Amino acid sequence: MIPGQGLLKGLAVTLTNFVASYPWGQRLLKLIGINGISGMFTVEYPEQQVKPAERFRYFPFLVYDGTPDNLRCVACKICEQECPPQCIYIEMEKDEQGRPVKQHGRTLPKRFDIDVSVCMSCRICVDVCPFDAIEMDNDFELGAYDRFQSLVFEKDKLLKSAEYFAQIKPTEAAEVNARLAAKAKKTATDKPV
Amino acid sequence: MDQLFVSLKQQFLDLSSRFLPESLLPWISMLISIAVIATIAPIIMMYFTWLERKVIARMQNRFGPNRAGKFGLLQPIADGIKMLTKEDIVPAGADRLAHFLAPVLAVIPALLVFAVLPFGRNMTAIDLNIGLLFFLAMSSIGTFAVFAGGWASRSKFSLLGAMRSVAQIISYEVPMVLAVVVVIMMTGTLSTNAIVEAQESLRWFVFTPWGFVGFLLFFIAGVAEVNRTPFDLPEGESEIVAGFHTEYSGMKFALFYMGEFLGAFAMAGLAATLFLGGWQGPLLPSWLWFLLKTYALVFVMIWFRGTFPRLRIDQLMNFAWKCLLPLSMINVGVAGLWLYLPAIIRWPLAIVILWTSAVWLTRLALPVQWERRTYQLAE
Amino acid sequence: MHSRNVMPEQALETQLLELNIGPQHPSTHGVFRMEVVLDGENVVKLKPVMGYLHRNHEQLAEDMTYIGSMPFTDRLDYFCAMTNNLAYAIAVEKLVGLDVPERAQYIRVIMSELTRLVNHTAVTGFLLNDLGAFFTPTLYAFREREKILDLFEAASGSRMMCNYMRFGGVREDLPDGFLEGACEVVDYYPKFLDEFEKLLTENEILRARTQRVGILPKELAVSASVTGPMLRASGVNYDIRKVDRYSIYDRFDFKIPLGSIGDVYDRYYVRILEMRESVKILDKVLRDIPSGEYLSPRGKAISKAPRTFKPPKGEAYGRIESPKGELGFYLVSDGSVNPYRYHVRPPSFINLTILEDMCLGHKVADAVIILGSVDIVMGEVDR
Repeated sequence: MIPGQGLLKGLAVTLTNFVASYPWGQRLLKLIGINGISGMFTVEYPEQQVKPAERFRYFPFLVYDGTPDNLRCVACKICEQECPPQCIYIEMEKDEQGRPVKQHGRTLPKRFDIDVSVCMSCRICVDVCPFDAIEMDNDFELGAYDRFQSLVFEKDKLLKSAEYFAQIKPTEAAEVNARLAAKAKKTATDKPV
Repeated sequence: MDQLFVSLKQQFLDLSSRFLPESLLPWISMLISIAVIATIAPIIMMYFTWLERKVIARMQNRFGPNRAGKFGLLQPIADGIKMLTKEDIVPAGADRLAHFLAPVLAVIPALLVFAVLPFGRNMTAIDLNIGLLFFLAMSSIGTFAVFAGGWASRSKFSLLGAMRSVAQIISYEVPMVLAVVVVIMMTGTLSTNAIVEAQESLRWFVFTPWGFVGFLLFFIAGVAEVNRTPFDLPEGESEIVAGFHTEYSGMKFALFYMGEFLGAFAMAGLAATLFLGGWQGPLLPSWLWFLLKTYALVFVMIWFRGTFPRLRIDQLMNFAWKCLLPLSMINVGVAGLWLYLPAIIRWPLAIVILWTSAVWLTRLALPVQWERRTYQLAE
Repeated sequence: MHSRNVMPEQALETQLLELNIGPQHPSTHGVFRMEVVLDGENVVKLKPVMGYLHRNHEQLAEDMTYIGSMPFTDRLDYFCAMTNNLAYAIAVEKLVGLDVPERAQYIRVIMSELTRLVNHTAVTGFLLNDLGAFFTPTLYAFREREKILDLFEAASGSRMMCNYMRFGGVREDLPDGFLEGACEVVDYYPKFLDEFEKLLTENEILRARTQRVGILPKELAVSASVTGPMLRASGVNYDIRKVDRYSIYDRFDFKIPLGSIGDVYDRYYVRILEMRESVKILDKVLRDIPSGEYLSPRGKAISKAPRTFKPPKGEAYGRIESPKGELGFYLVSDGSVNPYRYHVRPPSFINLTILEDMCLGHKVADAVIILGSVDIVMGEVDR
């Protein structure tokens, strides 16, 4: 046996990978009969981007149907309670006597702040929301130049349309819309005439 | 084309002989050689680092640096600027003079040995008739620098690294020199230029059994001399952070780095000279052949770095004393027999002796590897 | 100053060197400190110091609902998020007595075995990093890991902090194209393992560095309650998938690789063999997965309204064979929405307790490798 044959085998593996990392190298290896060596595995960000999977979740956003004041959120505060790192802060819109204000037949939040630096993208707020008002966005390029101020997203920054939701997550949006349509039909048929 | 640089230098000398007296011409000739070496050596080192990063990256299926300039060619310059602008920290309890001198001592021998490397036909800077001895002596001075650096830093990590490094360098000198002795025996001269001339028309020494073994021994011992993987325990990142150059920053670190890479290049250059035929070769100009061979060996060094884990210090020493040293002595004996036996006997005899001794000696030096393990797969 | 102990018999003035392989170190796998006392290069005493990553996980869980601490279990052993979730889900299901539908069981097995592949390749890569192989095996391992992480992202929405398991099933069904993607990855895996082994298994330097280093005898391993690949490399046939037969593992035919000596090389090789067995399980699961419910109705109710989930008074201990060993969750419930006591049995922490016994007599360089072969993740050790 050759002294050092294990070492030589290792060298062969590295050299094959080296050659395979060039396009002409892949062709050369195919000629010799070595197939299936993956070549370059790097994606040169930010010129080349990898499209994330549909379910990729990063930061929540509030959904509105049509116009930004027609948001689905009713300020029930369930997501604030269930959030594990406690990063949501909600205040319901109330008039001077302290009674909740209604718009489009629903209450609405006056303040809805989520802290980007605390949120851990766990999706529990989405799971527990009874009104499908909060969904997960997949935009992750949320850099800021200061440490605290611009990393707390307020209601205006969080509002995004339902069409946007359907665009980034088609299957999930279809499911949610079907559920909401069934619920609307049910309340319509249940309404006393 | 082949004598391009020689004729350039000659023209420059002729030009200056019109302005300057005759007696100054040898000095000017020397100054030109020194200036050329002093300029190209840092460039070689910078692009060696670039080459290393790109090649290792490609072996790992990724691009190397490719943002600083096209293909990352300006990356070494960016590294140089970074090193120059770093703060120079000297530890409080350090021995200031030794701390300052150690990096300088590391670079000087590495630059000196470039003087005897035959870069092409008639292109050796100084054609000493004891060129090889000069090379080996100068590369031994590098040990001083390593130990001075480790000692002067007054830190446990550095001291550990320095001790290990000194032990390693001294142990690997002996097989290296004995491997070179074979070549000296065959050619009868110590001059590097003459050794290259003795290998003309593809009678390179590497194509003979003793030359092949000598080449392997010299290359492995040379890699150990310059502290490269798999022998880079003195700078073992994983164990002792950075070994003897832990406490260095900025330009001093850059000098140590430069000394190491220039040494690696010089070892590759010498291996190419002694065993691979130096600047000999058909068609292309001689300096191009030399560079190609040296860079092929440099590529092999980088290839080793990307593939192998590193050896532990006692295994390193075992390997040097129990395997390489006896093998190099057997090689000398075989080379001696080679001179006196006819061709029909000497080839098989040499091959058989060298092969069996290599197998037995590696078994002796690294005994653990020969175990056969069994693994059962149970329910 | 330090003087070498040249002749051990004579009364030379020697001094033992105390070294801190400190929390900031290129290869202690996270913030972990080892105080070693060296005699020359040999280790005479070793004291592991942990706690640099303590995040109060167990106490946080006492203030949160059961579902609310599911994302925090992801962050325990951050390499293997899916198996942490699974162990917690199994513990709660034992506490309450929930059933899990068939398809959910199959999905859970797929995720667990993919996690096992991810973890073993990564740990082999890191072991070789400690040995000095300059990232090449690590990056090959990570190449495969990326493909599997993309699968996790497609299924659960996040590559590492998956938060995927729920009590009574999984949070969402597998997306379209997941099974084809998983089949592709699993079919290529044996080829990748062959390439990996060619690079490593017969490598003389690797063998010289890892054989006969850090030997853990069988009896010591059992008495120190070591579990996982470390225990199996020492020759003890104990795999919770076979012993407890949780989930549906008794339907699959896979073998348990056992080592004989229990040194670092055995642990490395047992992990490679385990990966091959996992590939066999995955092949079968991916073909046999039935259609059906992904979450039982009671589980859906719990996910939608966590504050309504009040398990009866009692305690439960749920354990699984995570890639690192036995991961167990001990829950005590007092009938309210928050658990009364929540404790994690981390495999890395318990496997670390015999680090000193394994390292005595070896050199400093070996201590680092032995630590690498124990396969620790500080998130789990310190919780």
